[in-house]
Amino acid sequence: MRDASPAKTYALHIGVIALLFALNLVLPDYHQSLFARIMALAVFAMGYNLLFGYVGLLSLGHAMFFSAGLYGAGLTVYHLGWGVPEAFVAGVACGALLALVIGLLALRTSGVAFMIVTMMFAQVFYLLILYFAAWTGGDQGLVIQQASRVIAIGGASFDLTDPTVRYMSALALFSIILLVTLAVVRSRFGRVLVAIRENEERTKMLGYNTVANKLAAVVAAGAICAASGAAYALLFGYVGSGFASVQYSILPLLWVLLGGAATTLGPLIGTLFMYYVTDITSGFTSAYLLIVGVALILLVLFFPKGILGSIRERWLRWLP
Amino acid sequence: MTPLLTTKGLSRHFGGLRAVDGVDFTLMPGEIRAIIGPNGAGKTTFVSLLSGRIRPSSGMVVFDGADITAMPAYKRVRLGVAYTFQITSVFANLTAFDNVALPVQRTLTDGRTKGQVRSGVMAALERTGLADRGGTLAGQLSYGHQRLLEVAMGLALKPRLLILDEPTQGLADSEIDNFIMLVREIARDATVLLIEHNMPVVMQLADRITVFNSGKILAEGTPGEIRANAEVQDAYLGATHG
Repeated sequence: MRDASPAKTYALHIGVIALLFALNLVLPDYHQSLFARIMALAVFAMGYNLLFGYVGLLSLGHAMFFSAGLYGAGLTVYHLGWGVPEAFVAGVACGALLALVIGLLALRTSGVAFMIVTMMFAQVFYLLILYFAAWTGGDQGLVIQQASRVIAIGGASFDLTDPTVRYMSALALFSIILLVTLAVVRSRFGRVLVAIRENEERTKMLGYNTVANKLAAVVAAGAICAASGAAYALLFGYVGSGFASVQYSILPLLWVLLGGAATTLGPLIGTLFMYYVTDITSGFTSAYLLIVGVALILLVLFFPKGILGSIRERWLRWLP
Repeated sequence: MTPLLTTKGLSRHFGGLRAVDGVDFTLMPGEIRAIIGPNGAGKTTFVSLLSGRIRPSSGMVVFDGADITAMPAYKRVRLGVAYTFQITSVFANLTAFDNVALPVQRTLTDGRTKGQVRSGVMAALERTGLADRGGTLAGQLSYGHQRLLEVAMGLALKPRLLILDEPTQGLADSEIDNFIMLVREIARDATVLLIEHNMPVVMQLADRITVFNSGKILAEGTPGEIRANAEVQDAYLGATHG
């Protein structure tokens, strides 16, 4: 039963956030920077997981929502000289709006057709970025200067290029989205999303407008992915078309599958795992992708539901 | 008294097959109506037209005085037309509790009931005798219990019309007796329309019986009248009990 252990569930999530907070104090510089990146990208994975894990909609185009946030924030800072908070909001708004339009069109399809349609829209978005190179910087991208990445609140100012401020900003966003995701999947809306994944026809016959619910999920997921992209642009100061390429549509799928689809903490674990396997193996050999591939195959063989998904299935049934 | 549901000239054709062919049907509030007929007579297609799962080729469906012919299924459910599936169709990977929570929270959202999700779920589970199985995954329940869960979900929708498609199929005799009592209890505050092959169940439960054959209504009447009807005996009872 979903409500069997709310205290345990919240304690676990708060504990993970506290652990990440503490890591800031002990991590060496290099790993601190890597963790900031991982937390920002785990938000991308969490948005993707909401749609793929909970609603069962497999999109191959979520790079477009990430880069809508990336460019929405980056271009307003670069060209319009907007402040960091306004640019972040602009990025999220771009992602949500794009998700609404794409959702209305793509949800007319399902299954394989949905995968192809989302992938095509993402490719259009990618090509548009290249086409409008005069504003977007094309495949070179744009670098956002340090001076533009300072938040001034009252008398205090926070420089996002400072490693600790950057880490804490990434952690703040990650924590908010993690708790929002947890609240959503435990809510009535979350229950309907899972029901749609399990049996859409039956859900309709219980009085639910499944198309409207799916659209709401697409927009929510799009906004979360865009928040990740906007944060990435502002924290790391680079906006580039590579983030809109098909690779960045496959990556969140991979992170979610690895960590465990339809688990709240799976996206973080999957992102963390992939980054560190790549990081460690590339230290030994230039053929590190081969080792990453073998690691992935082993995981799929022994943990078919992802790391956290398999742990939930075998030991911890109460995990959300 | 105005009828709860009427159909006028309701038809559904699949290619050349007239699965339902110009049916005029009337259902009064509070009755238990059974639909019987040989396989392929169009019974399931007919109730699917009522619930909105499929669209009619022609004709019209009126529920409580309103034309609902063009209304999508999920809106009909909110009006109070609930349908339980012929093939058990519970959410196998969700707990029994969550299965029933879905219809309960729907009626709460619609403002048709008040209170907490939990109390609504427990009430529906208790009424069907599943109260101690709330935490079990629906797919791990016995077949009989899955059918009961299906009914609990239908009940939790607070239907004005509950459509049961072959509810006793696959149940043991002991379970069938309980089931008959349950349907009688449901009928105290809802109209029940059931498709049923098990004749003893039909004879015990139904106030009136409608006999379908080849997509049309062959006969309609009380259980006594239907039993005595020679045409029905030829078309259906003779065929299965002969």
